[in-house]
Amino acid sequence: MNAGGINVQFDKELDARGLSCPLPILKTKKALNDLASGQVLKVVSTDPGSVKDMEAFASQTGNPLLSTGEENKDFVFYLRKK
Amino acid sequence: MALSTEEKQSVMSGDALDRAITERIDALFEKRLEAKLAEIKAAKPASMTIIATKGTLDWAYPPFILASTGAALGWDVSIFFTFYGLELLKKDLRKLKVSPLGNPAMPMKMPMGPAWFKSIQWNIPNAVQSIIPAYEHFATKMMKKTIKNQGVAPIADLRTMCIEAGVNLIACQMTVDLFGYKTSQFIPEVKEYVGAASFLPLAREADVSLFI
Repeated sequence: MNAGGINVQFDKELDARGLSCPLPILKTKKALNDLASGQVLKVVSTDPGSVKDMEAFASQTGNPLLSTGEENKDFVFYLRKK
Repeated sequence: MALSTEEKQSVMSGDALDRAITERIDALFEKRLEAKLAEIKAAKPASMTIIATKGTLDWAYPPFILASTGAALGWDVSIFFTFYGLELLKKDLRKLKVSPLGNPAMPMKMPMGPAWFKSIQWNIPNAVQSIIPAYEHFATKMMKKTIKNQGVAPIADLRTMCIEAGVNLIACQMTVDLFGYKTSQFIPEVKEYVGAASFLPLAREADVSLFI
């Protein structure tokens, strides 16, 4: 799997744009619940705080953060469900 | 004549032998203890207990934000609602208000209109605030509008997320009696109505314990 670029294959997308802390994290957690182990979730957010928060969420919950990037002022994250 | 290792050991006696044994046991014990502690830590999920004591719209946020986030991180979370914090367990949260009166840190800005208008900080003296009819109601409306504009979750939504994530909501029985509340005023998800003696043992075991 390509973990570095923006063309990561994903199984589900979560649009968390316009939402503030802690909603992007809470919705990410919920969306991951619907995925099977190994599947990838794409999250798009506009909250600048979510960049650090998503890293912390990934390390705390053990769901690897495959990549973090910016696309047209949005923050894009790819998480793999553990 | 030099002694071989075997011979040295054979002549090691009394104090020297005791010291050697103690040193060896200490070294082994430390290693084993570290492994055991890591094992215990890994087996037990992190936990957090929060004491929520405030019943205004602004102060409703910290306990529910921290609790829902803790739950999302996989932590066991319990909130003990006491005194005005019990307001946060009422069925209807629309009655929560915020008051700028006597709260000099609260920014007073309009959530609507052109940018120049929105950037004005309205410094209204306490004495004036206190005589304007429905001032609190107005300030609460403005705050709710700002919350919505900023994409911050309404309190009722955050509370629902806490419930869905399995956060334990615990009410202080003493305050219920003190303020003359009926348990029917509170949401049915309240796990129990107990006292400090029931909550403190939970807090004792928690990794994080907060008073809000």
